[in-house]
Amino acid sequence: MSEIRMQIDGNEVRAKEGRTVLEAARGVGISIPTLCHHDELQPYGGCRLCIVEVEIHGGKTIVASCVHQAEDDLVISTRSDKIDRIRRSILELLLAHAPDSPTLQELAQEYGADKNKFEQEASFCVHCGLCVRYCAEIKEKHAVGFIDRGIRKEISFLPEIAAAECNDCKECFPLCPTSYLQAAFVLVESLAFPRGKATRA
Amino acid sequence: MTREELEKLRQRIVSERDPDAPCITVCAGTGCLASGARKVIAAFDQKIDAQGLEVDLGFRSTGCHGFCEKGPIVIIDPEEICYLQVTPDDIPEIIEKTIKEKEVIERLLYVDQNTGEKAVHESDIPFYRHQERMVFGANRRIDPKSFEDYLAIGGYEALVKALFEMTPEQVVSEVKNANLRGRGGGGFPAGVKWEIARNAPSETKYVVVNCDEGDPGAYMDRSLMEGNPYGVLEGLTIGAYAIGAHEGYVYIRQEYPLALENLTSAIEDAENRGLLGTDILGSGFNFQVRVHRGAGAFVCGEETALLISLEGEVGEPRPRPPYPAEKGLWGKPTNINNVETWANIPLIIHRGSAAFASIGTEGSKGTKIFSLVGKIANTGLVEVPMGISLRDVVYKIGGGIPGGKKFKAVQTGGPSGGCIPEERLDLEVDFDELTKAGSMMGSGGMIVMDEETCMVDVARYFIDFLTDESCGKCVPCREGLRQMHRILSKITEGRGEESDFEILEELAETAREASLCALGKTAPNPFLSTFRYFREEYEAHIREKKCPALSCRKLVSYYIEPEKCKACLICLKECPAGAIDGAKKTIHIIDQEKCDACGICFEVCPSRFEAVMKISGEPVPPPIPEDQRVVIRKIKQQ
Repeated sequence: MSEIRMQIDGNEVRAKEGRTVLEAARGVGISIPTLCHHDELQPYGGCRLCIVEVEIHGGKTIVASCVHQAEDDLVISTRSDKIDRIRRSILELLLAHAPDSPTLQELAQEYGADKNKFEQEASFCVHCGLCVRYCAEIKEKHAVGFIDRGIRKEISFLPEIAAAECNDCKECFPLCPTSYLQAAFVLVESLAFPRGKATRA
Repeated sequence: MTREELEKLRQRIVSERDPDAPCITVCAGTGCLASGARKVIAAFDQKIDAQGLEVDLGFRSTGCHGFCEKGPIVIIDPEEICYLQVTPDDIPEIIEKTIKEKEVIERLLYVDQNTGEKAVHESDIPFYRHQERMVFGANRRIDPKSFEDYLAIGGYEALVKALFEMTPEQVVSEVKNANLRGRGGGGFPAGVKWEIARNAPSETKYVVVNCDEGDPGAYMDRSLMEGNPYGVLEGLTIGAYAIGAHEGYVYIRQEYPLALENLTSAIEDAENRGLLGTDILGSGFNFQVRVHRGAGAFVCGEETALLISLEGEVGEPRPRPPYPAEKGLWGKPTNINNVETWANIPLIIHRGSAAFASIGTEGSKGTKIFSLVGKIANTGLVEVPMGISLRDVVYKIGGGIPGGKKFKAVQTGGPSGGCIPEERLDLEVDFDELTKAGSMMGSGGMIVMDEETCMVDVARYFIDFLTDESCGKCVPCREGLRQMHRILSKITEGRGEESDFEILEELAETAREASLCALGKTAPNPFLSTFRYFREEYEAHIREKKCPALSCRKLVSYYIEPEKCKACLICLKECPAGAIDGAKKTIHIIDQEKCDACGICFEVCPSRFEAVMKISGEPVPPPIPEDQRVVIRKIKQQ
């Protein structure tokens, strides 16, 4: 497999072919914030926090580094006024859902995001999809999934599968950046299989 | 069927048809069907049967002609006499007078609203006269279920040419040279896409027709598919040959039953005749087509979401690259174009790329079909050469704004397009000019707005549509649109703040720059373009709590002008809120506390009085004292 050479924030970076820009950057210690990325899962491109600026044909364009393939001669900036502004805006949108999420608060501090910019939303879910994808891709159980679309989209446990699988697993719990997942699980548990194993990890 | 047999069949059909024989054509597109075309057709059938005329008289029901405003449309050939808004009661007269006596029935003709002049022939009607119906024109000449009709107008000549006289590479370069740009919205050169798919290393490749037309008010793809399914299939087969695909899919909206019916009939027929399947026309080329019905999600019109949906998954866009031409359906190189793009292909192959490219502008060749709707006299589908001015489309073809109202803007490009104001009406309609003006070509929706349309509310409406149709995968689109919609609603309700502008612009930037797919990237356009051209309307809503178009309900008040009120009781009886005080011979008063601003009093007040006033951004005059409410004028007049 051939090696790719590109430039990230002024540094010459080498990466294996097939790697994403995010992997290449993190490989040399350049940090790019992410919410929906997980090393063991397929790239998703949902949270868009990992956007970076790429120079193409003299113009700059914004791409999501978690899904953008590393290519020879790419010139990439991981920070700029514009990138920071958009990341801040994304964080503010998510803080309307989960103002007290430690992950979000940490990022909010770095990007100066105001957690009260928008009216608080009723759901704490930030739709990163980590639980859904982990359960599908790693555990192959599909006990939790997305239902509906757009602003009505939410995660939901499938009671039949969850009753059989979740109590002994719960590996998705620590992945959730807002703890909403646990709440969703408790809800389905109490509604659908209340007499199941009561012990909680 | 072999190539020779096809040509023989064509010659036989053409020789059996007398171009001078009378023929009645009834438009049976969805628009005309809705206005009663089925009854008109039944009445013709009955009359023709009863009189035993069928031998001498041709009769054809076709797909959409485009002039939907005036349906049902009947055309009598060879004179090309065009009758509009025909009812079953008119049929005996048409048979007796026009068919038998060659006499024109004046009252069924088109009448120009401005000059009062009548037009006998279709081509004399301004709506048609200024069009160039290269692609859409065939609709009026064929029964969509008749292979013979399609053959008679030169159908499948292009496929024969491609299969027997051209290499796949030559077909690709012909489409490239024509510089045909994708009619579905993106405007990406179709030939370039074809070439990438052709060169992609894979045994299996696919071609796909995107018939998931979802823009509000847009129906050109539906009408093409309903009216000329053979044309779309011919284009698709040529594309498959060029790319090296042996399987094709048509992804068609659930909401398009007639398009589905006519397409399915055409596919079956083409299979039976050897124009689809194995060894097409004896060329050795194999190609089959399957139909897939969408499930009603707007975002599935986006190509990656469409392909995922076709695979049976939830229709959510995926990041590009890789582009479908490299890695599409089931991971195989896939060329996906929309209906209108495919319908252009036979034309390009048949006439040659040079002829095609001679029409249009530097960057956009050929014609484009638009659905002209909204506050416009002639609602319908229009096909115009690229480069025509918006003004010509609105006024010459569209006949201007009805009801003596003033033009305000035309919204192009579907929900994520933009609004173009009066001062930009002379722009030449093509992909690049519309983008420069802050809108886009999109799939060809054109919604005309008059002075009574509030531009803030228009932005709110389209953002609402997009919020509803966002798939919800990425944050800038899902959350950004949620907040934009909330702020725009707030402004239309008079609760806007000066700081909202900055937040809206920030959210617009975030969605435009960071969204995953084209839906999110273009979603802020309804706000951006109205804010760019109609900023003063936004400011009026926020600063003066005024809706200049008198459209936003929360910002409008109604009162009754005491001098004009004749105490007729009409508004009082009609008011659903019981907000109107008054009695016989007592001037009516609207109780502002109770009034819901529904506007019914305004609508029902007789036009000879016009006593109900509608205002915004100014205080309602205090009601006249109770002792002065007797209607004196009425007594005086007596």
